[in-house]
Amino acid sequence: MSATPGSLRLWRKRLFSTPAQTAITLAIAACVIWLLTPFMRWALVNATWTGETRADCAPGGACWVFIRARFGQFMYGFYPVAERWRPNLFGLVSLAAIAPLFVLTGRARLRLAIAALLVLPPLGVWLIGGGYGLAAVETRAWGGLMLTLFIAIYAGLIAVPLGILLALGRQSRLPLIRTLSVVFIEFWRGVPIIAVIFLASLLLPLVMPAGVGVDRLARAIIGLGLVIAAYMAEAVRGGLQALPRGQAEAASALGLGYWQTTGLITLPQALRISLPAMTNEFIALVKNTTLVLVVSILDLLGIAQSSLADPAWVGMNMEAYLFAGTIYWLICFALSRWSRSLEAGGPKGH
Amino acid sequence: MLRRLFYDARMRDLFWQVVISAALVGLTVFFVRNASQNMVNAGIASGFDFLWRSAGIDVPFTLTGYKSSDNILALFWAGVTNTVFVSLISMLLATLLGFLIGLARLSSHWLLSAIAGAYVEFVRNIPLLFFVLFWYFGVIAALPQPRDSLSLFSAIFLNNRGLTVPAATSGAPFPWALAVIVLAFTAQWLVSRLAVRRKAETGADTPVLAIGLVLCVLVPIAALVWAARSTGWDMPQAGRFNLRGGFVIIPEFVALLAALVTYTAGFVAEIVRGGISAVAKGQREAAASLGLKPGQILRFVVIPQAMRVMVPPMTSQYLNVLKNSSFGAAIAYPDVVSLFMGSALNDTGQAIEIIAMTLAVYLFFGLIVSALMNWYNARIAVVTR
Repeated sequence: MSATPGSLRLWRKRLFSTPAQTAITLAIAACVIWLLTPFMRWALVNATWTGETRADCAPGGACWVFIRARFGQFMYGFYPVAERWRPNLFGLVSLAAIAPLFVLTGRARLRLAIAALLVLPPLGVWLIGGGYGLAAVETRAWGGLMLTLFIAIYAGLIAVPLGILLALGRQSRLPLIRTLSVVFIEFWRGVPIIAVIFLASLLLPLVMPAGVGVDRLARAIIGLGLVIAAYMAEAVRGGLQALPRGQAEAASALGLGYWQTTGLITLPQALRISLPAMTNEFIALVKNTTLVLVVSILDLLGIAQSSLADPAWVGMNMEAYLFAGTIYWLICFALSRWSRSLEAGGPKGH
Repeated sequence: MLRRLFYDARMRDLFWQVVISAALVGLTVFFVRNASQNMVNAGIASGFDFLWRSAGIDVPFTLTGYKSSDNILALFWAGVTNTVFVSLISMLLATLLGFLIGLARLSSHWLLSAIAGAYVEFVRNIPLLFFVLFWYFGVIAALPQPRDSLSLFSAIFLNNRGLTVPAATSGAPFPWALAVIVLAFTAQWLVSRLAVRRKAETGADTPVLAIGLVLCVLVPIAALVWAARSTGWDMPQAGRFNLRGGFVIIPEFVALLAALVTYTAGFVAEIVRGGISAVAKGQREAAASLGLKPGQILRFVVIPQAMRVMVPPMTSQYLNVLKNSSFGAAIAYPDVVSLFMGSALNDTGQAIEIIAMTLAVYLFFGLIVSALMNWYNARIAVVTR
């Protein structure tokens, strides 16, 4: 036995110190074993990992062959295979541009962040969507995990700046701006996101001049961006309210105007405080990207759902859901751990 | 002169507000003109006349007695009641399950606490739509055929077409039973108020618990048993291939309810855990040193203070349940989004009116939930001078 006597004693104290505790431990263990054994047998022991078609899969076990065969689709949707280097390249470029942000400090970091914000979003649309020298790929063909990340990031690019403006508007001394911000925030927070996605996909084409089309995917991203902006605004407001009034008063006593006070003094501190809350809103955004399913845009969950209709792979529900669910879980879990570590670190230096 | 105006803070405030309202009015006019032009081009009517047109849409599950020959307004009501129905039951069950998991999380038993923690981490990091689809296509679709239904006491049957329960025939005396129960609870409330006053004035104890047992447990049970016995029941019968009779709760409802409850319970559990751990340890210790028993400490010291922390986040969870009930649209649960914003909008094309009415439903019920919870919050808040 590799466990040291000390840790053994700890476990005995945790699980078997009194008769009642022992009874609870045994009851829970029995339940867990009873539930987990058939699942493990299905998912691992009797599962088939290699092969080509459904016929290769043993009955009574998971058919992971299905995930292997469909892996490209789960990642890219119906994006043409010959063009998949483009989203890959964009992913690599983004990582290469963002990674130094964790190392650099001060002015260099700020400059890089601004450059990345200005260059990367249009670059991504061009690389993935094509045009100007690249073969055009319609948004209809986009899908899978790539699309989930695309929607989350681009909706976030709408939501964060708009949310900051709304939070500032809610604190403004101008009554009109305050009222407009409150109405905007409370309206979008009060309605279901599914309804907003329907709304965006139906109303955006209606209010544009005849002949001006708005891409299906762009509509969904705008809808999501507006709702999440309202939630982001509340997260930022928390940070603004947590700041002592003296910060803004001291800044204006030094002769700084509203935008200087906000941009140089209050907002940087408020954002640092709000970052965990904003990350949580971003997690909610990642989870809510799945709702584009209702307007037939096939993100990761949508692709998993639509793959169930393939007559060559009947009855792969569990495999598809488990695979997609695990990916969502990994993304959101990593983000929530990051958010928690920010919270534990707390606001630094003021 | 102009220079002084430019540097005058009030003038500048006014200037910016005028500029922003002008921009907003301009944008609105632009959108409205485009929309009316586009609607004329597409031949879409406007106004609310369509509500009185016959709907011709079948609804598989309704509490309002809606028939497909009824008008679109009736369809709207059928959708609204279904939304409210699934939301209320989900709120109730999610609160119960969430409290259990939250308390398990706080348990001194290591394994129990660890399993509750694992559940919370699992549920909170997965999209709700995943749960809805999983319960519907993964679990309910995998249940047995109607002929091999799982049954409980040969009265409740579960299969892949839904949950079949006994149905009360018309003229059932349940409203009377409900009235009796409401009366009993009101009486108990009065008794406990009087008992407090009597204790303060004379120092005499009143057997509140015993009276409560009679009024809140025995009377309701008796009323329900009486109502159940004096009504006719349409029991589901296991036929050769299908079940006959009974009231069928459609699989969409079961799946949506299961998804909402299991998902929301994870968030409620965290709120409960946070609320109870927010009560300072010194409070318990002080109460114990005053000689309060553990049950009394929980009831008079810990829970009242924990509630103050828990009510505001619980309000937003209830609002989330209301809004998240619209996820039923993804599996065609006939809620207001899927019936009205989906089917009725497809038939009539009157997007603006229908979207406005649907959003108004959520804003209206959201306001009601907020108002109720704020009223409750004000009642339990710290009384300050």
